[in-house]
Amino acid sequence: MICLSTTACSSATTNSASSTAPASQAAESTAVSAADSTVSSAADLTASSAAATQAVTGSITASGSSALYPLVKDAISKFKKTNPDVSITLNAGGSGTGLKQVADGTVNIGNSDIEASTKLPKDQAAQLVDHKVCVITMAPIVNKDVAEKVKSLTTQQLTDIFTAKTKNWKEVGGPDEAITLVTRPTTSGTRALFKQYALNNSEEASNASLETDDSGTLLQNVSSHKGAIGYVALSYLINNTSVSTVGIDGVDPTLDNVYSGKYKVWGYEHMYTKGEATDAVKAFLDYMQSDDYSSAVETLGYNVTSKMTVSR
Amino acid sequence: MVKKEYLGRFFVTACGLFIILLTMSIGAFLLYKGMGTFTIYHHTLTEFLFSSNWNPADDFTGGGQVGAAIFIFGSIIICFLALLIATPFSLAAAIFMAEISPKISTKILQPAVEIFVGIPSVVYGWVGLTILIPFIENVFHLQVGFSVLAGSIVLAVMIFPSITSVSADSLKNVPGEYREAAYGLGSTRWQVICKVILPAARPGILTGIILGLARAFGEALAVAMVIGKMKAFPKNILSPTNNLTSAIASDMGGATEGGEYNIALWTMALLLLVISFTFILVVRKVSSKGEKQA
Repeated sequence: MICLSTTACSSATTNSASSTAPASQAAESTAVSAADSTVSSAADLTASSAAATQAVTGSITASGSSALYPLVKDAISKFKKTNPDVSITLNAGGSGTGLKQVADGTVNIGNSDIEASTKLPKDQAAQLVDHKVCVITMAPIVNKDVAEKVKSLTTQQLTDIFTAKTKNWKEVGGPDEAITLVTRPTTSGTRALFKQYALNNSEEASNASLETDDSGTLLQNVSSHKGAIGYVALSYLINNTSVSTVGIDGVDPTLDNVYSGKYKVWGYEHMYTKGEATDAVKAFLDYMQSDDYSSAVETLGYNVTSKMTVSR
Repeated sequence: MVKKEYLGRFFVTACGLFIILLTMSIGAFLLYKGMGTFTIYHHTLTEFLFSSNWNPADDFTGGGQVGAAIFIFGSIIICFLALLIATPFSLAAAIFMAEISPKISTKILQPAVEIFVGIPSVVYGWVGLTILIPFIENVFHLQVGFSVLAGSIVLAVMIFPSITSVSADSLKNVPGEYREAAYGLGSTRWQVICKVILPAARPGILTGIILGLARAFGEALAVAMVIGKMKAFPKNILSPTNNLTSAIASDMGGATEGGEYNIALWTMALLLLVISFTFILVVRKVSSKGEKQA
């Protein structure tokens, strides 16, 4: 309570002071830390200038990627604690929807698993500004009965499995069970990423695989069917022990292995704005990429972009 | 009084016209979007309807394949199988309700059927996913129970109430004189039902069946959960396949709006509209035929 009243006070005074100069960019990232910490820091000079940007108002609309949805949702609830007057609307709906809507100007932020240039016409993609808020990692997952014997697969084995050349688990050292492929729709960003980095760009055998609309259903299908294999983002495997991950070429899909560059199936999560982000939108995007929020990013199963030792 | 009279009339007319306008504009919108496959991306109707090569490009340059035959076939086979399963039960239930025991039926069966109608389709799908799929896997010793059979059974349960209630109504509407005359000629109860009541109520029963079929064609969620969504023609009724509604639902979010993939999905939506429109025309034809006979 005390913290809140101090912020309100200082923001009132600094607002008039800063009216000549627009809110400084650097101040915004510290704004959040000031609110999260104690009263004493709010009294501090830097914090009081930060408080001006802290009282962000306005509305933000975002839509797109369902893989990124849990993270953005979490960030919104934390961002709103320090900026109660901001209204943020978030929709899932898929990367394609997000890209199209941000290009149209229907939403402020378009969330996407893939780069805008792969889906939008060149002139539209050129108008968008990319914010690589985090890195997402895709992991192959298998049913428990397979996991006892199969701990890791080579890229070639994985490709053969998903292109339906390998049809039985015993061919790759597993139990004598038919392989059940569980995949995502062709337009899914998860699928695109997995295809590019785990399967050497080989097209999955759509005519031999069960398709699921979302990663939640995919998890359930893999866990409830013998011999099933699929893939989800690591964020879906937090607190989920119903399935087992499989390593690729001996490297387990973990956040650490992604940071070091050993594990290869990862991609940036993009939050696009049309033109440079301004006001509340900018404050929110800065908060998502701030050091304060980075621990939450990892808790939710995503990689922090700034900690990556490799880039693409 | 006069004022009230006109106010009421204006309100009713406005609402009526609005609904008509809404329906027409949805139709027009689907037509506008759906035709893009043929006008913007230059595919042929033959390719769309009869090719099983489905690989539209998810961008604005096009050049993919839009053969939707697998989905169309999937929709048709599942619906007809569902009808095959549901119709005997529905007819039996309707006869029981209208002829055998109207008292029990109005107290128990009628409300039960009405509750059936009100159950959301996601519940049917979920029950199918958790009960039916493992059951099929156990009975047929399959690794995967997602199948045409599972989809048909779920759909059959869903369309059962609509066929039943429409059929029961039309059985009840058969004039009492028909029964009396038939009994007067010495018919047994079964003969009355079989030879007199059922033929007399035939247009109504057909209407019920077609309405059930239309519902079955348009149902997306429940079927999508148990069909398996595999892009292949089913080898038998125990193998998974895909249908129109599920295919639209799974890719509509991911495909870029206005891209070839997205437009191809709109074309499938247009096809669904055309199919249901055809069903409605058939219903009207059938029921008007019935009126002439009566």
